[in-house]
Amino acid sequence: MQKRFMAIWFRHLLTDGLARRRPELKDLPFVLAAPVKNRIVITAASAAAEREGAFVNMAVADARAAVPELLAIDDVPGQAAKLLRLIGLGCIRYTPIVALNLPDGLMLDISGCTHLWGGEREYLKEIVLKLRAAGFDARAAIADTPGTAWAVARFAQKRPIIASGAQAIAIAGLPPAALRLEPDILDKLQKLGFRNIGPLLDIAPQSLRRRFGTGLLLRIDQALGRVEEYLEALVPLVPYTERLPSLEPIRTVPGIEIAIEKLLEMLCLRLQADGLGVRKAVLKCHRIDGRKVQVGITTTKGSHSVSHLLRLFKLQIDKIEPALGIELFVMEASRTEEMDVVQEQLWAESKGLGDTSLAELLDRIAGKVGAAAIQRFLPAEHHWPERSIKLAGSLTEQPQTAWPELPRPMRLLNEPESIEVMALVPDHPPKLFVHKGKRHTIAKADGPERIGREWWQDSGQHRDYYVVEDSEGCRYWVFRSGHYDGGDAQWYLHGYFA
Amino acid sequence: MAVANRELIEKLQKNILQWEGYKPPSSGTRGVLGLGPLESAFPNGVFPQHSVHELVCSSSEQAAASGGLVTGILSTLLQKGGVCVWIGRARRLFAPALAAFGVAPHQVIFISLHKDKDTLWVMEEALKCSGLTAVVCELREMDFKQSRRFQLAVENSRVTGFVLRNAKDKLSSTACAARWQVKSLPSTEMNGLPGLGFLRWQVDLLKVRNGHTGSWTLEWQDGYFVPTEEITISEERQVG
Repeated sequence: MQKRFMAIWFRHLLTDGLARRRPELKDLPFVLAAPVKNRIVITAASAAAEREGAFVNMAVADARAAVPELLAIDDVPGQAAKLLRLIGLGCIRYTPIVALNLPDGLMLDISGCTHLWGGEREYLKEIVLKLRAAGFDARAAIADTPGTAWAVARFAQKRPIIASGAQAIAIAGLPPAALRLEPDILDKLQKLGFRNIGPLLDIAPQSLRRRFGTGLLLRIDQALGRVEEYLEALVPLVPYTERLPSLEPIRTVPGIEIAIEKLLEMLCLRLQADGLGVRKAVLKCHRIDGRKVQVGITTTKGSHSVSHLLRLFKLQIDKIEPALGIELFVMEASRTEEMDVVQEQLWAESKGLGDTSLAELLDRIAGKVGAAAIQRFLPAEHHWPERSIKLAGSLTEQPQTAWPELPRPMRLLNEPESIEVMALVPDHPPKLFVHKGKRHTIAKADGPERIGREWWQDSGQHRDYYVVEDSEGCRYWVFRSGHYDGGDAQWYLHGYFA
Repeated sequence: MAVANRELIEKLQKNILQWEGYKPPSSGTRGVLGLGPLESAFPNGVFPQHSVHELVCSSSEQAAASGGLVTGILSTLLQKGGVCVWIGRARRLFAPALAAFGVAPHQVIFISLHKDKDTLWVMEEALKCSGLTAVVCELREMDFKQSRRFQLAVENSRVTGFVLRNAKDKLSSTACAARWQVKSLPSTEMNGLPGLGFLRWQVDLLKVRNGHTGSWTLEWQDGYFVPTEEITISEERQVG
């Protein structure tokens, strides 16, 4: 496919940007100025200032002679790149590849994008009008090469859309400066009387190289499309991305659902062909008010099932704020994982931790109530009950050590609850205990099981655990903190046995 | 005549059960859970695996006992490497305890939730998931509509569901296959040794769909349910 590029030129980028932030400056003659060699020199002039005779590279003092009410504002270096970046991000809705063209322009790779807006003319009009409405004096041009588009945007009076292959005709009438040349080459061309690019194109390349070096030849070749020029995209492209522009702004839930389903169908088809599954996907919705809202999903296991991913996204739809409407949906699979596609059917019957439907269930639950609610425990190498289990890192992680074989209660209280006990003999299990005002007479007891503190982690008393059974048959896990004769011995209830 | 009538009635009953989705037991399925005489209370004499069971527990002790019984049943259900989801409140259940009942705690996925609304949603989603073997859920209240939804979900996915229900007030009717109540009973001495014996419960079936109710005593002995008949409660036992 023939590549098409669009160059956007901002004639007063910095001053327009400032006037946008400070509306009172609009239509006033003002300049941005910075000190250069002990002189304050204008670095950018607003349209009004230029009309009255204050231009870039003039000293502010000289300009004041021409325009007495001239307002000079300190120039902040790096502002142009920042502004262009912001505008560029806004342009991503028109094409995924937007490149900065410092100091005052953007370069868009629009191949295959324009038909969505009904043709190149409408596409260009849409962008330029939108930028002008935002307060930027923008000019744009479309051509086969970035070089020609750049030249036409800045130097041509009319016809911003150059037909495919017509670069030579388009730039023949433009001045040599339209070729993005170094100042000394421009000076030389000026001295030799080259007012237009046209005559340069007729000269044999060897002679041009001898006189002007390879720089000029490269620029000519780039403009004509003999040498390819690469753009560095502002936002790195995610390999698995799908875009869905909508004819009319979408505001309703069913509309968003349809959009998500369509995007997922396209995305999953590609992923399936490559044997990959989504681990993390992001849906970016570009709204017509220029803002962007996004929601994301994650999965516990790579998946390219449209129905599953759609269900995960459906849980997130209420987080999308469509405001006036969404005009572009972008679905990115920001993390993918290789999948065992072949084995899937064969093992569909086996129930286990590797089961696909289980992973899908957990994804849905995580989407609804948060991933923190889902826990899987593995034994930890600690005897202290509170530390004897740890959370598993993944769904398929297997225990490294065996589970404890000593009796452990079915329910463990988060905090041991203090009880009053009566024991007949020191170091014997209690005869009765009172918990929450209820008296439990103990009929049988097992123990003690002494569990010491881990001195390298915390200090304090050890615990002597007893399994006790009261006269009604209920079984409890109680412990005495510390030695009986220590004076500070305290009894606690810590759990319930089955 | 009377014999012929009884035969006819039995045949009709079997037909009704079949229409309601209870398959006649194939050989080898009877008594697999080892619940002994208790299983005869269920239709066809088989524990209904693909349905929702409800266990009412009015105290923490009863909840622990119910948990024990459910885990004992799970140990058979999960034998083939299945996975169980246990939905409950934050960190109530102590995972290592499951090991004593023959369930590998790492085969159980715990989901801790605070709101009953979320719990119901997660429970229903889990019951619909055919990749699971069993789902256990701790709930405060469940109404008929919700239990009906659970039952419908289970009929498609063939998962076993257990609902541990806090029953402080009057119990509303549900569409569950059975309503259980488990109470701890004092254990008996083992060969005259001091200390606790095997875990022993009184298991009551308060309601069984197409079956009959009853009360049984079960013990958990080294990985198996052992039905016991006599209940001995002696108050005068001494400690140690």
